[in-house]
Amino acid sequence: MSVEKKAGALANYVDERTGAAKWLKKNLTKVFPDHWSFMLGEIALYSFIILLLTGVFLTFWFDPSQREVLYQGGYQPLSGIKMSAAYASTLNISFDIRGGLLMRQIHHWAALLFMAAIVAHLMRVFFTGAFRKPREFNWIIGIGLLTLGIVEGFLGYSLPDDLLSGTGIRIAEAILQAIPVVGSYLAFFAFGGPFPGELFIPRIFTVHVLLLPGIFLALITAHLMLVWYQKHTQYPGPGRTEKNVVGYPLMPVYMAKAGGFFFIVFGVTAFLAAVASINPIWLYGPYTPAQISAGSQPDWYMGWLDGLVRMSPPLESHLFGHTISWNILIPGLIVPGILFTGMALYPFIESWLTGDKKEHHLLDRPRNAPNRTALGAMSLTFILITLLVGGNDLLATHFALSINDITWASRFAIFTVPPIAFVITKRLCLSLQRHDRELVLHGRETGRLQLMPNGEFVEVHEPISTAKAWILTQHEQPAALEFPTEDSHGVRAPKGALNKLRARMSRAAVEQVAKPTIQDAKEIEHH
Amino acid sequence: MSKQIEPFSDPGLPEHIHRKTDTDPFLEKKAERQVAILFLISAVGTVLFIAAYIAIPSDQFIFLPALGSTNAQQLFLGLGLTIATLFIGLGAVHWAKALMPDTEVIAERHEFRSEEIDRKDFIDTVKTQASASGLGRRSAIKKSLGLSLGLVSLSPLLLLRDLGPLPKKSLEQTSWKTGTRLVTDPGNQPIKASDLEVGAVAQVLPELQPEEERTLNNIAKDAVLLIRIRPEEFQLSPERLSWTHEGIIAFSKICTHMGCAVALYEQQTKHLLCPCHQSTFDVPRAAKVLFGPAARPLPQLAITVDSEGYLIAQKPFTEAVGPSFWERSS
Repeated sequence: MSVEKKAGALANYVDERTGAAKWLKKNLTKVFPDHWSFMLGEIALYSFIILLLTGVFLTFWFDPSQREVLYQGGYQPLSGIKMSAAYASTLNISFDIRGGLLMRQIHHWAALLFMAAIVAHLMRVFFTGAFRKPREFNWIIGIGLLTLGIVEGFLGYSLPDDLLSGTGIRIAEAILQAIPVVGSYLAFFAFGGPFPGELFIPRIFTVHVLLLPGIFLALITAHLMLVWYQKHTQYPGPGRTEKNVVGYPLMPVYMAKAGGFFFIVFGVTAFLAAVASINPIWLYGPYTPAQISAGSQPDWYMGWLDGLVRMSPPLESHLFGHTISWNILIPGLIVPGILFTGMALYPFIESWLTGDKKEHHLLDRPRNAPNRTALGAMSLTFILITLLVGGNDLLATHFALSINDITWASRFAIFTVPPIAFVITKRLCLSLQRHDRELVLHGRETGRLQLMPNGEFVEVHEPISTAKAWILTQHEQPAALEFPTEDSHGVRAPKGALNKLRARMSRAAVEQVAKPTIQDAKEIEHH
Repeated sequence: MSKQIEPFSDPGLPEHIHRKTDTDPFLEKKAERQVAILFLISAVGTVLFIAAYIAIPSDQFIFLPALGSTNAQQLFLGLGLTIATLFIGLGAVHWAKALMPDTEVIAERHEFRSEEIDRKDFIDTVKTQASASGLGRRSAIKKSLGLSLGLVSLSPLLLLRDLGPLPKKSLEQTSWKTGTRLVTDPGNQPIKASDLEVGAVAQVLPELQPEEERTLNNIAKDAVLLIRIRPEEFQLSPERLSWTHEGIIAFSKICTHMGCAVALYEQQTKHLLCPCHQSTFDVPRAAKVLFGPAARPLPQLAITVDSEGYLIAQKPFTEAVGPSFWERSS
């Protein structure tokens, strides 16, 4: 009883000072639906907290300076070598501060996990249509977080100023320098003069530990507040409608589950950091522009960008005494720009094509949105190819292939394989819809054979439960949009071509296997 | 056939099935014990963490299968922290799943649109207040405000101007001058043609004048690779051939694609390969691009020997080294 009494007293104390009783009551008993795929975003959130905690620890010893020092620390092979203070202090954290290497490795592993969780969460949201009205703002915030995460991660692994990360910075400088008209100015402003200069480590340090984390905190807060206010989406199921949310209350169930899950994520990250070495900068040596190690690879979330650059043909224009590096601009800026803009605008594009302006709180089963699912599979295939090419040198050495062959194959594959993935995925979705229809109308195959009086063997089908039949048939199948191309007087309607395109895309979007109705089921029964 | 489409109906939330821990007091007690044990294991993890911090020397390495030679303190600190955190999490989740209420609750959603009357009121208010400011009528205010807001937002950009100097001609210049000696890197020793055997490669930098210090900025533009092949293997224009010396040819080591060090030389094929994006350059043909995203050959440095027989630059690079930029003219 005493817990009850104490909790009551605390609630009273808080309300007397804030008047928040009504608000707190509502929010502490807030209902959240349960599903494993809803934990992906949680993993991203928790790894962000781990990043903040370990990051603060690292700043206590890290010296963000390119001042040249003579290394005298605990790592013998580099003793007496000239290096930047940033690199020396990272060695110091790794070898002379107890627990320093562990914190560095947790920080790096958490960063990889953060990005992986964001991407997985993005896929969940995309494939289930959770971005639809009213959640478009949150989708855009999410794309912002993904973009910033890539930048933040890149800046983070550049800070130690080792040979590998310096090479990455050099490539970033080349991209900046390749921008037409203002490129060399931008590069000189960013680096405080010619590359590498002595200013970029302190500058990216400020961006990495202050500016971007601040923006992250603001965006994550907005992201979560919107989830809170709009209430979480839920998967379709018996009793779950567009008008309700079915799940467990925040207090105590989700406090325990989510709080516990934070510790589980921390534990897994700590385990990885304990047993799996990551970014062993002492093996790479300090950065110098004239050296490089073979098999240079960025972290995985940058690999697709590196892959795009690697597969680019050697295109450069020389016009009126000026140079435009298409071999850098197209893979480094134009294609990523199109990808990310397209992603950010996708909810609006889809709603424009389908004419769907309704609120959605029930998630789609991916098969019931074949075009969207196919588009997602196509995009993933695209990124996967670029990611593979990002490691083409490793593929070549591991599998004894010609690097030229791999690169040439990828140049063709990047145009042909993603559309093939689209078609296959769409067909698969429609097949799965057909399977659902079969299941509802004819029941589940039991594998039991029955001998009929006439000697025929038939397989016994068992009807599926009403709950299951509901899940398989609850979705809407909207009709295609129709646009008049001309009005009643035969005059061409304005925006005729655009409407034609929209109608065509809309027809493709609604291509579905008709979901079974009660009538269908009854007709079957009569047979 | 004109039949009305009748969908399947929603059977509603299924009946709640009680967990065993809800009905069996023995199992409930058991689950409680399990949660407590999980939390206690976490405490043991923290003890291990503290012990590793205090008792294990930082420089002690142990050999473990699969992991190889591992720093013992880092490993046990990590394992301690793993146990300490993971088991708090497992305990809390088990507690929630086995003992906390597991009845699903239904909360109603509200549509985000406000009631029609509120919306109308809101939109009217916005309209009235917007017109009260009179921006539409007072165009002088509107225009002058637009001007001043636009100008004031330029000031932060202006303040960023001193982030760096203007590039001017510096992207096109290196430290190589007519007669600059080539010195080894590392070592800083001038070299003679006889120091390089056929098939050998060496990285060189321009010799420093007294009082001069070598910075990374210099190296980023000055780094040069010397490669010696048999003179008859060159397929060069007469001018470019005159830039070589006894089969020794010198190229900028900075990739013309994105500035990485072009460090891999394949002796058999006489190809130079950049490890970043695999641009491949053909040494006997003045580093012509054979493959990869680089669009230009590596700039060639004209070399010869001085009176003492040391290799020197005939003249500075005739083009900018490194990755392309807008102002680059060739």
